[in-house]
Amino acid sequence: MSASHNQPAPLGGPLWTPTTQVLAALVAVAGVILLVRFLFGIGAVTNVNDGYTWGIWVVYDVVIGSAFACGGFSVALLVYIFNKGEYHPMVRPALLASLFGYTLAGAGVIFDLGRYWNFWHIFWPGYAQPNSVMFEVAVCISAYILVMWIEFSPAFLEKLGMKDVKKKLNKALFLIIALGTLLPSMHQSSLGSLLVVFGYQVHPLWQTMLLPLLYLMTALAIGFAVVIFEACLSSSGFRRPLEMHLLGKLSKVMLGMLAAYLAIRFGDLLVRGALGGMFVPGIEALMFWIETALFVAPLVLLWNEKSRKQPAKLFVAASCLMLAGFILRINSYLVGYETGPGWHYFPSVSEIMVSVGMIALEILGYIVLVRYLPILPGSGAAAATNK
Amino acid sequence: MSISRRNFLKGALAGGTLLATGGPAEARPNKTMPDEALGLLYDSTTCIGCKACVAACKEVNDMPPEFSTEEQLWDTPLDISGKTLNIIKVYKDGSSEIKDSEKDGHAFMKVSCLHCVDPSCVSACPVSAMTKDPVTGIVGYDKDACIGCRYCVAACPFGVPRFQYDKALPQITKCQLCRHRLPEGKYAACAEVCPTGATLYGKVKDLHAEAKRRVALKPGEETKFPRGNLNTHDQSPHTAKAAKYLPQIYGEKEVGGTQMLKLSAVPFEKLGMPTLPERSYAATSETMQHTLYGNALVLPLAFLGALTYVAKRNVKHDDDADDDKK
Repeated sequence: MSASHNQPAPLGGPLWTPTTQVLAALVAVAGVILLVRFLFGIGAVTNVNDGYTWGIWVVYDVVIGSAFACGGFSVALLVYIFNKGEYHPMVRPALLASLFGYTLAGAGVIFDLGRYWNFWHIFWPGYAQPNSVMFEVAVCISAYILVMWIEFSPAFLEKLGMKDVKKKLNKALFLIIALGTLLPSMHQSSLGSLLVVFGYQVHPLWQTMLLPLLYLMTALAIGFAVVIFEACLSSSGFRRPLEMHLLGKLSKVMLGMLAAYLAIRFGDLLVRGALGGMFVPGIEALMFWIETALFVAPLVLLWNEKSRKQPAKLFVAASCLMLAGFILRINSYLVGYETGPGWHYFPSVSEIMVSVGMIALEILGYIVLVRYLPILPGSGAAAATNK
Repeated sequence: MSISRRNFLKGALAGGTLLATGGPAEARPNKTMPDEALGLLYDSTTCIGCKACVAACKEVNDMPPEFSTEEQLWDTPLDISGKTLNIIKVYKDGSSEIKDSEKDGHAFMKVSCLHCVDPSCVSACPVSAMTKDPVTGIVGYDKDACIGCRYCVAACPFGVPRFQYDKALPQITKCQLCRHRLPEGKYAACAEVCPTGATLYGKVKDLHAEAKRRVALKPGEETKFPRGNLNTHDQSPHTAKAAKYLPQIYGEKEVGGTQMLKLSAVPFEKLGMPTLPERSYAATSETMQHTLYGNALVLPLAFLGALTYVAKRNVKHDDDADDDKK
């Protein structure tokens, strides 16, 4: 294995394919719906109401979307803080997905802000209100998006041949990386803390002072799951060999995080005396069971060493974990949220299509950039057959 | 590699020490009511459900009518909304004949902002669009500051702030105790027009004394109910017989107290008023935030220091490897 084998390299290949065409069409549909939203108000295209004022544009696009974009955070933590250099080839692809996920989550906030033209008030002394959890989330996510673009800029600089700038940047990269692990720790936990002020309106199965810890731990675990998920997808999509030795080991880290999470989650329910809530028939208990089953599934699937070497099992386990994090967030923000009798919410088709369009834009951007920039670990043979 | 891990732990330990010496953030207690706080006393037992307050509120706040019937002739809101700041709801049971009876009776309840002493909406708002006046205690809203995130809508334990979903340039709407009329020497329109004094305006301390007086009355005892403004006595009182009050003043303790106090003969839970703890949710949430980020960001900065230290060692190693390859 030569040293250059693992150096990131552009993938090359066609950009205008049936896949990218479908993705572009989905983005266009979302664009039209958003036009209607900006002309006629949020209610014209969504089902949100005063009982459920935050729909999937907040809960999926921002809360879940940013958690799904934690691959860069998790891998950077592993590589640079725990010094596991062997995972280095995963840094750039993970970071790119994170960059897109977060940038779109940040942009997506604008669609949901009723008075979006005032959004800069959050950063403005005199308006900014630091006691608000929302303030912390907004400032931290914005800072992280900026940090990630800097963290990722070597890929652009290489492409543009700006070696001097890259060298200078490399000297300060450690600080950027430190910020790139601190900031997501802060806002991923705060996405849980946002719910604390809701008090009794959030069901006891989800309302706890440990929300920040639970959200942080699941964000990290999801980060690892997303890396595995994306590695599987991009290897089949771009017909590249899977880095099985790395993925197997990564899944072990993921399982460790997951086991710790489950211990804390159930310990907390027990201590608060809220465990009984899962036996009270109803949508809350049902969704709690689904959430828990999905968190436990990866542990069962990947318990023995052998399974961790099977791509199919890794893929299914990673998907389960992502879904588990998804359901945890849906449960705490929507299913377990009750602000009084008579309120109902289920996203409208146009509301869903905007979220779908955002995902499509993310995938589209990822495809374009890995073909154009040095991101995926170069693999001579595969790249050649693909051209 | 093992050295870096040890160093990481050392860094983490240093951060922990820094945090410990910085001292844990104090639990943030509930906020307290300003001495001259203004508010309302709503007495469900004297309310006759005429909805004069609903109409007056619409008029002085320039809010549009809202329709719930097929012929759109009258303003008929069913709840507070982006078009309605104040409404009278009715509780009914069985034959609903007896006023203020839980069984086979009916009772009214005013739904509007309670002007919490320690409001969740003010704590939640990231841009200071929701504020509590330090003198009057009125919870006010500034649309020019608001970003429309609706954290206040989701956070309020009473479901009060509402949003205009049907507008391209929407606002949050909520009762602001007619603060725009105060400079004109006027007071809350709902209290001004109430024919029975069921909605009474005044300083919270005086309203509280009046509420205590009513609760202590014997059921059936004839008494005078002040109307309009309790401080100026601008209107003659209304004489009626006291109802069988519950021994509870709603808003005295709920989430740290509210500047609107409520009396009733039917349990408040039945009238849509939630049973709430004395500790405000704002205090709980801010205690958590101050613990994590208080003391001039000691915890995040210590963490950042540890991360920078470790990253610097590891990234350097990484760069050297890169250079070797080239």
